[in-house]
Amino acid sequence: MADIQEKIGALCPEAQFDTSGELLLVIVPDEKWHALAKALKEELHYDYLTALVGMDWKDSLGCMYYLTNTDTQEMLHVKVSTTDRENPRLHTVSDVWAVANYQEREVYDFFGIVFINHPDMRRFFLRNDWVGYPLRKDYDDSPELNPLRLNPEENEDDTFSLIEEADGTLKRIDKKVFGPEEYVINVGPQHPSTHGVMRYRTSIDGELVKKVDVVSGYIHRGIEKLCEGMSYQSTLLYPERLDYMAAHMNRHAVCLCLEKALGIEVPHRAELIRMMMDELMRLSSHLLSYGCLTMDQGATTAFFYGFRERELIYEIFDKTCGARMSMSYSTIGGVVKDVHPDFIKDVRHLCAVMPDKLKEYHKLFTGNVIAVGRMKGVGILSKEDAINYAITGPSGRASGVHCDVRKCHPYSLYNEVEFDEVLLESGDSMDRYMVRMKEMEQSVKILEQCCDMLEKEGIEGEYCAKVPKMIKLPAGHWYQQVEASRGAFGVYIESDGDPKPFQKPYRMHFQSPCFNLVGVVDLTCKDNLFADLISITASIDYVIPDIDR
Amino acid sequence: MEIKRPKIKSMKHEDFKDNEYIDQLVAELNAAGTNVVVGKLDQLLNWSRSNSLWPFCFGTSCCAIEFMCLGAARYDMARFGFEVARNSPRQADYIMCQGTITYRMAPALLRLYEQMAEPKYVIACGGCTISGGPFKNSYCVVKGVDEIIPVDVYMPGCPPRPEAMFYGLMQLQRKIKASKFLGGDNRKEDRKKFFEAKAAEEKDAAMRAEQMRLARESKAPVLE
Ligand code: SF4
Repeated sequence: MADIQEKIGALCPEAQFDTSGELLLVIVPDEKWHALAKALKEELHYDYLTALVGMDWKDSLGCMYYLTNTDTQEMLHVKVSTTDRENPRLHTVSDVWAVANYQEREVYDFFGIVFINHPDMRRFFLRNDWVGYPLRKDYDDSPELNPLRLNPEENEDDTFSLIEEADGTLKRIDKKVFGPEEYVINVGPQHPSTHGVMRYRTSIDGELVKKVDVVSGYIHRGIEKLCEGMSYQSTLLYPERLDYMAAHMNRHAVCLCLEKALGIEVPHRAELIRMMMDELMRLSSHLLSYGCLTMDQGATTAFFYGFRERELIYEIFDKTCGARMSMSYSTIGGVVKDVHPDFIKDVRHLCAVMPDKLKEYHKLFTGNVIAVGRMKGVGILSKEDAINYAITGPSGRASGVHCDVRKCHPYSLYNEVEFDEVLLESGDSMDRYMVRMKEMEQSVKILEQCCDMLEKEGIEGEYCAKVPKMIKLPAGHWYQQVEASRGAFGVYIESDGDPKPFQKPYRMHFQSPCFNLVGVVDLTCKDNLFADLISITASIDYVIPDIDR
Repeated sequence: MEIKRPKIKSMKHEDFKDNEYIDQLVAELNAAGTNVVVGKLDQLLNWSRSNSLWPFCFGTSCCAIEFMCLGAARYDMARFGFEVARNSPRQADYIMCQGTITYRMAPALLRLYEQMAEPKYVIACGGCTISGGPFKNSYCVVKGVDEIIPVDVYMPGCPPRPEAMFYGLMQLQRKIKASKFLGGDNRKEDRKKFFEAKAAEEKDAAMRAEQMRLARESKAPVLE
């Protein structure tokens, strides 16, 4: 830590350091930030922007950056802020880490911070005629300002950039997203193959895609703002509804983060159960993505096969958690209830049948000429781009990025079980599909080991630690990642240490993997056939509510 | 207008017939008396319509996944005539709203509803579509689809279980069986009323917003 601190001090003498948190916090003035960001990436190899969190500290507005070095997996935390609340401005880093492009648009949408030199400052989630910035602490939420508007949005082609000239003056340049010579086709928001309510405006040349403009926010539910008005226990409800195919993992992440902040020791049995639930969820999610991918390419039968095994998993959830979806099973300190007596038996049954079923899936679909023709060599994402766009999960590993949080930053009991991180090379649609198929085998392997471990623990045991009824965090901020079905899911919690008995989070941010995934749609679809847009996005496999939050 | 006994193993017929609202509807319809020929023809129409309902899946979030299970092998909604899930509003009989409706999505939902051919029905599936559900307090979530379009059947749950969805879908079938198309469509009139009330409300809201704006600009006291 001291080593890094020295190096950064040499690069940017103005930087201040705070070592009281879990990570080294570097506070950088905005004028120096862009140069330091470049140096951090090029010289110190912090090439992966893990999270970018917009913040409102009442007296100032700003951003928190979490950076990761993909070689050593070390993390760094940077804070940049401005005290100007009327015209808040920061420098963009979207030219350093490509993923920051959309992230900064999100911050602009929520906090009104304009990023200097950003290529395309538009709102990301909210309608472009929205009044105010909802995540600011002084946001006026009266319904007269933002009523339910039933007219379509206007001027959706307009955007602007704030360019800094050589002499330091700022100039606003108004632009259009698509030029008059471009032929634009609209896909979505209600389109069966966009896997939800995503909208693409694509400009095409003949049959080839030239540019994809992502219009998101059709399922933006304002979860982060909602969390700020609830107790910590109540907020646990929301992460499950982000990526509902990773409900257990997302909830696990928030629980881990809160446990870290409170210093609660979770019983071994509880962690074990949580981990098993995570892996079951992963299986269920990959089966769904298999079903959808095949269906998008016309193999409707395969869809039914995937769903047949999902029902087995749903049954396990149903017995133990009492619900098929939105299980609300993990809680702060453990899980809400011990497992059903049939749990181990059912999981063992699932593990026994899965290998055969996987063979069947491959036989049905993998070698098919149409499937190979539409997926092999299509939608290639190189390793550099994957890191630059912070792509994690199966899509990142298909490009060869070592990004499995279960291996890089082991949490729960993942270092007690044996499994392999599936890494493939070429980064095309086929590999993204294959990674998921192989990961299912690994999940089965983990589940088998967990069954043995759970059997050793006996049928009953301590499943939840003692947790105070009213949860109060000290002032500070925490970040926790887990490996969700589609990549690294991060939770950022900031508390102001409010002494009132009913404490609410000061800020809660969910860094969802799908948000980054949608950032590469333009890159991967470029110069591919328009029809392949569907199969590429299906292989990238995002869940829209996870993007929109 | 006797409704044929539906055969469901786990649900007794008596439990299924607990919806007084539909009985009331039947009584109202028959109050004025019906012509025998027209009445029979209506019955035939209703029978065929109710047994071949094609859904238009307007799935925005979690509830849609449960609906997919309904289409898959274990639950298999084809048994009841719902099999052909359409993705175009023009080929569907009812719109199944699953998932949260946000302010950005609302215009699209209204447009899709208007594109559907008559007769059309709306099902609100899940807490979000009924009242906003867990996101009721959010700044950009519509507090129930019935703020935008008239709803025929509500299915509570977060998400509703497939069995609950079947129950709701069957209630829709019953409702269709108890309606009248020839000689004055009762549903069309209801819908007209719904949209007229909506328009009046909107006008009112617009007026109030205008007043607020003027008041803000002039810093004059707000007139109630
Ligand atoms: S009702 Fe529940 S499950 Fe359905 S969309 Fe809303 S949050 Fe998701």
